[in-house]
Amino acid sequence: MFPEAAGWAIFLVPVLSFAIISLITRPFFNSRPRISAYITIASISSSLILSLWALVSVIQAPGHAILLEPHDWVTIGSTTIQVGIAIDSLTAVMLIVITVVSLMVQIYSQGYMHGDGGYHRYFAFMSLFTGSMLGLVLASNLVMLYVFWELVGLCSYLLIGFWFHRPEAARAAVKAFLVTRIGDFGFLAAIIFLYAKTGTFDIAELYVVAPALLSATALTWAAIGIFSGAVGKSAQFPLHTWLPDAMEGPTPVSALIHAATMVAAGVYLVARTFPLFAQSPQAMTTVAIIGGFTAIFAASMGLVMTDIKRVLAYSTISQLGYMMLGLGAGSVAFAIFHLANHAFFKSLLFLGAGSVNHATGTFDMREMGGLKKYMPWTYAAFLIASLSIAGIWPLAGFWSKDGILLHAWGSTPVLFYLAMITVFMTAFYMFRVVFLTFGGSYRGGSEARSAHALHESPKVMLIPMVILAILSITSGWLPISGFLGGESMGFFEVLSHPMPWVSLILAGLGILLAYAMYSAKWLSPEAVGRRFQALYRVLWNKYWFDELYERVFIFSVLVDGLFLVLQWFDTYIVDGLVNGVAGATIAAGGILRRLQTGQLQVYGLAIFIGVLAIAACLFIFAP
Amino acid sequence: MGFPYLSIIVFLPLAGAILLALWPRPSARTVRLLSLSFALVAFILSIVVFFLFDRSAGGFQFVQMVDWIPSINAHYFLGVDGLGLTMLLLTTLLGLVAVLVSWGINMRVREYFCWLLVLETCLLGVFSSLDLILFLLFWEFELVPMYLLISIWGTGRKDYSAMKYLIYTILGGAMILAGILLVYFNTGTLDMTQIQLTGTTPIITTMFFLLFLGFAIKLPMFPFHTWLPDAHTDAPTAVSVMLAGVLIKMGGYGMIRLCVSMFPGVAHDYAPILAAFAVVSVLYGAAVTLRQTDLKRLIAYSSISHMGYVLLGIFCLSEMSLTGATLQMFSHGVITGLLFAMVGLVYDKTHHRLIPELGGLARRMPVIAAVFSIAGLAALGLPGTSGFAAEFLVFLGSFSSGAFRFVELYTVLGIIGIVITAGYILWMLQRVFFGPPKAEYEEVEDANRLEMVPIFTLVAVILLIGVYPAILTNVIGLGIAGIV
Repeated sequence: MFPEAAGWAIFLVPVLSFAIISLITRPFFNSRPRISAYITIASISSSLILSLWALVSVIQAPGHAILLEPHDWVTIGSTTIQVGIAIDSLTAVMLIVITVVSLMVQIYSQGYMHGDGGYHRYFAFMSLFTGSMLGLVLASNLVMLYVFWELVGLCSYLLIGFWFHRPEAARAAVKAFLVTRIGDFGFLAAIIFLYAKTGTFDIAELYVVAPALLSATALTWAAIGIFSGAVGKSAQFPLHTWLPDAMEGPTPVSALIHAATMVAAGVYLVARTFPLFAQSPQAMTTVAIIGGFTAIFAASMGLVMTDIKRVLAYSTISQLGYMMLGLGAGSVAFAIFHLANHAFFKSLLFLGAGSVNHATGTFDMREMGGLKKYMPWTYAAFLIASLSIAGIWPLAGFWSKDGILLHAWGSTPVLFYLAMITVFMTAFYMFRVVFLTFGGSYRGGSEARSAHALHESPKVMLIPMVILAILSITSGWLPISGFLGGESMGFFEVLSHPMPWVSLILAGLGILLAYAMYSAKWLSPEAVGRRFQALYRVLWNKYWFDELYERVFIFSVLVDGLFLVLQWFDTYIVDGLVNGVAGATIAAGGILRRLQTGQLQVYGLAIFIGVLAIAACLFIFAP
Repeated sequence: MGFPYLSIIVFLPLAGAILLALWPRPSARTVRLLSLSFALVAFILSIVVFFLFDRSAGGFQFVQMVDWIPSINAHYFLGVDGLGLTMLLLTTLLGLVAVLVSWGINMRVREYFCWLLVLETCLLGVFSSLDLILFLLFWEFELVPMYLLISIWGTGRKDYSAMKYLIYTILGGAMILAGILLVYFNTGTLDMTQIQLTGTTPIITTMFFLLFLGFAIKLPMFPFHTWLPDAHTDAPTAVSVMLAGVLIKMGGYGMIRLCVSMFPGVAHDYAPILAAFAVVSVLYGAAVTLRQTDLKRLIAYSSISHMGYVLLGIFCLSEMSLTGATLQMFSHGVITGLLFAMVGLVYDKTHHRLIPELGGLARRMPVIAAVFSIAGLAALGLPGTSGFAAEFLVFLGSFSSGAFRFVELYTVLGIIGIVITAGYILWMLQRVFFGPPKAEYEEVEDANRLEMVPIFTLVAVILLIGVYPAILTNVIGLGIAGIV
């Protein structure tokens, strides 16, 4: 039996760690930053242990769910808003993924953030993030889910802008918060809408009552509203622009928040509210189309980026698109399976990029090369993760990606073809990174570091990477999809079907092309770039979405357009009218004042004229 | 009748002011400590009242009624329900904070603190009077300390701003007076708890709108808001805290206590129009806020937007929307009070208030940056802060109120406001605190211990209400239940 207190402790312990660091260790033990790291690691380890306990309990529980009574939060009249947690198989998988990746990232961070002036602050925010993320997946009702949904967004904002003295970091942080908040607007509206129609926030209750009480149209709108929140958080088209910029944050942050967990919260949200989506074919199609399109759209931009983290960022958007496609195609099990596998291999890729940065001081792949020789462990780990994301049998990525492809084939063949092209593109851009970074000879070091200063990262960074590498191979072998109610495939049996072979061949071709261009140099990348110059410019400029949103829409249309007009209206019309009335009163007073000169002669003259006028009137109008 | 808690709370600051005025040649330190102790005792007493308030009974409590002017049936009549109690608590809390953030005042110190304490008594009187004439007396008298505080201790165009405030307030006060006279001559009573005119005849509608306009100026509602940015910009910090934190809440309080409670029929009939003004205030206020470059003006304009939510909640007329509106008044009072205190600190340290001249301050003043950010995040409605709890209840209550056609659309338009709010808050924080540190601010200092006391207190309140809003909603709900 799993006690409720243990469930609450899963997310409250990291939150407590945040409180201890920011209220005690940062103010009073500022000279001993390691304490904060230890507190964070200890708290997340306890969450991991409790999560494992929860997982075991869920496996044993009837119906794979632990039901707990909610508690009252606010009561107004007849309405009670409750808070509560629930643990089912979906939550249990998420708990394990979050705590494992977070723990690895925190251990790694001790090395990566070593000597940084904001060491305490870093671990405080990381603790708060982990706690909020765990709270998000534990929440049993939409209000509590939304609370943590916003809190992980806050942590993302704080950690993207961690090096706040850099203007790009500060800008990226604001951008991330605002773009996701546009999506959250829809999510919040949907929560309120659902409540107004059904009178409940409880997710399990909504599964039952929402389809019964809402018309088909209303249900579609509610689902679209929820999905808009997911689009923002998971950086799906058209709200994808914030995630590449979010790479301004420290790399372990990117690994944890902007690759493995928070960005996947959108996928989790759709999975959590899936029974509502399942009732609305339009909503399902929307999810599938947005996901499928985002997958290929983001991958295309990943093809040309030269910053290693940006390639990984576009890759993340693309992979999240896969998950959305999986959901839209009707398979929660494979979407979440892919979420879990992706969390392991993508966080490893980011940690690898961080390790490379630790050695070279740059993220620009044009200044790397030949690192295989200097950083064999990093290379091995990065290669494993790349093979996994490319979907090479029998690594983790293969299993979940193939499941999604299979379901896409069953629902919308067009999206299936797009997804297949994306498989090729994924393999290409990943191995472009591998060859540019680790292959060839070292190109950097002109001013920053010379080749002999290159070194492998310390053990505290390598050990988490090795553990994640093992998971990137093996997590696909775990019966996660079966646990979540999907089908499972046999280890060798899967190769007897044609579909896996098609995707394997496409991935192989992608790797081959990358090899041809960046390792063997059979094809010159510059020549290819010139050949497709127009396309290259479109991709390099990210389809000009940043310009469209920021320069055109936000600044030209709103801030320096409509809002400027309103400000003008406020100053000159609204306030002008007020001042005008005041001015008119004063002016009128000024005129009337002249009549009262205080000089007897003037008054006398006025009396005289008045008498004359009256006399004249009498004379003229007299009968 | 029991122990006269309310009378003591209301007149304690005034007693402090009189004592200060009579004290023979006090040093500045004596003045500050005396003011602090009176404000502190008032705050502690209001907390005592908050805990003594009988949750199971509801209604008006701590009532004290004495004949005052028998010929017109006026009484000295004090009492609080959940609504008044919440406002009372807010006033004593911010009154205390206002004294603390005034520690650095060194011009005509005694006079300054006298007026600050007189102001607090007026505000407390407004929130606890149940007799219309008594209410009006406190309402009108508040003008005297405010005018003097702005015009003597203010900065910039202080005479213009103080006069603008004066004229606007007198205009609003005149309408309220006319409204109260109409009510009195039609009902023959001045007892707020007795009057309820459910009809919608022209004369009742006139009463409603006279009172409403008086309160709308105070709130302030678009298009009567332009006095607010001017008054804020030129007022000293503590006065801004009181002005945004408590004074404008008199408008919302008056609307609930007098307009909605006394004229439910008219309120219901005109709700769609008034709610439309609310939505315009929210969006228009937010849009104009985004364009501001003076920190004080920026926060002043944001108040117009946030008070729009109060107006929306009030005129959706449901139990939840009104509870949300009241919670929003409390929450906005604390948050905006904190924001103005922070702007005051930034100005004290850097001697600048224009955003383009600031920048990169977080390096030099981490505590100020952190607290300013928390206040900003609360203002944009981040969950875990009181801002979220209040706005969420307003949205939820309004959307599901069914008060009039398209109320859902109004609410959704109001929710758009949270996106713009996030825009101006985060953009402001970015430009003021983040980015490379500027050379001219190499030497600036962070908040000292004394300055930390009031701001940390407010942060604690914001988080407490954010995490567990039931502390207040349980009490507010009792008051609202008696109104709708």
